[in-house]
Amino acid sequence: MAEENKVKLHGMWASPYVKRVEIALKIKGIPYEFVEEDLVNKSQLLLQYNPVHKKVPVLIHNGKSICESLVILEYIDETWKNGPPLLPQDPYKRAKVRFWTSFVEKELLENVLLVVRSEGEAQEKAIKVVFEKLKLLEEGLKDLFQGETHHIDGENMGILDIVLCSLFGAHKAQEEVLGVKFIDPEKFPLLSSWVTAFTEVAVVKALQPPHEKLVMVYQFLRQKALRPSAAGVEVKEGVYVTSLSRSSPF
Amino acid sequence: MREYSYFIPLPLQAATMAEEVKLFGKWISPFSRRIEVALKLKGVEYEYIEEDLVNKSPALLNYNPVHKKIPVLVHNGKPIAESLVIMEYIDETWKHNPILPIDPFEKAMARFWAKFIDDKFWAIWPAVKKALTSGGEKEREEGIEEAQLHLNTLETQLKEKKFFGGERLGFVEISASLIIWIVVSQEVMGVEILTQEKFPALHKLTQKFVEDDVFKQCVPPWEPLVAYFKAQLGALAASK
Repeated sequence: MAEENKVKLHGMWASPYVKRVEIALKIKGIPYEFVEEDLVNKSQLLLQYNPVHKKVPVLIHNGKSICESLVILEYIDETWKNGPPLLPQDPYKRAKVRFWTSFVEKELLENVLLVVRSEGEAQEKAIKVVFEKLKLLEEGLKDLFQGETHHIDGENMGILDIVLCSLFGAHKAQEEVLGVKFIDPEKFPLLSSWVTAFTEVAVVKALQPPHEKLVMVYQFLRQKALRPSAAGVEVKEGVYVTSLSRSSPF
Repeated sequence: MREYSYFIPLPLQAATMAEEVKLFGKWISPFSRRIEVALKLKGVEYEYIEEDLVNKSPALLNYNPVHKKIPVLVHNGKPIAESLVIMEYIDETWKHNPILPIDPFEKAMARFWAKFIDDKFWAIWPAVKKALTSGGEKEREEGIEEAQLHLNTLETQLKEKKFFGGERLGFVEISASLIIWIVVSQEVMGVEILTQEKFPALHKLTQKFVEDDVFKQCVPPWEPLVAYFKAQLGALAASK
């Protein structure tokens, strides 16, 4: 591979944000080198490539760095036009995808993390909010899919599929750790069948850490937030997982 | 004083319009104002509908049932919500006078910075409000310090970025127009936060907005703006 076209991804195995980019690269059939970052001791390269946020994922292409997972996904779609598209062609459909992606990112993900990081009354409140947002998403899916069953496979996974997958791909682990079932087929039939569909996609399956590892991640996140001294880490904003970064992914 | 047109449903009106663009906004909102800048830059004719956010119209609730917020753009009956999503839609639908760069990498940079500015604004604005509405000296100083800390991050990051060197307003600058609201509100309340000395790059940017032909049309009228801030921020200050 010519140096100019080389693609590198700086990431961390437990990060769902990194997972998004990996799924996209694999769907497009783009060969890349994965650089595992220790988020406790960030490499000089990472700090150089993402001086603003100092986070993963960072995509390096043609020697230039692109940061923020959603920005990277759109960049991938616009740069490699040969593979399956990650966004529809029509501007209105694109707007709908971006709207719901933003919704999942801001309204769902943030609140699920809140559930992970809280307990007691605060957690109950956060759980309630998640269910409200899930209900809105279920309603939105009716409009988005327009009554048709949403078939996804490695050929037609798009940005919204990828982002939702990065959140609820681990729903079983979330259920085990949090004791609450978000992806409930009775409450949210469309959403549940969608989640089932994307967890079956070969590319996603290959990239998904084993259940036990995911459980460990969520337990760690919870412990870090609730009993940081016991977790043995300093609570730092922006550091997704710390001591986990030293363990191997598979 | 600005004229606000109110939507009167007339069957004939819809039939004769080849392309119907409506924007639901609020005159005081920088988020709907920046959509107006984008539309004007593209030369797109639109009907503006002023929303009373205390009594939201059935139309707004119908077009944005998820968030029930402005801005909402309705193009030929199809609604689009979320400020940055709308801006991308506008750029992709009316392709002349591009707001976003063509090159994918440059585009990625523009999207990155627009998001950065948006996120920072939500950190800056509460601090600004605190600084402008505090009864006590200490609290005001705290607000100023907090706001300036975030503004400093913006200043440092934006200082050398080339997209501010262009003649026309682009995606990042349009997104960054939120900054004007800080400048205006601090002037109204007589508190110095975003000063030229401390933030030369940001100050230069605000000057650019004020001098831009298109942006000038989209800034709220001065007197009502002053009155609004005095009333809102004054009320907040009085309640403390």
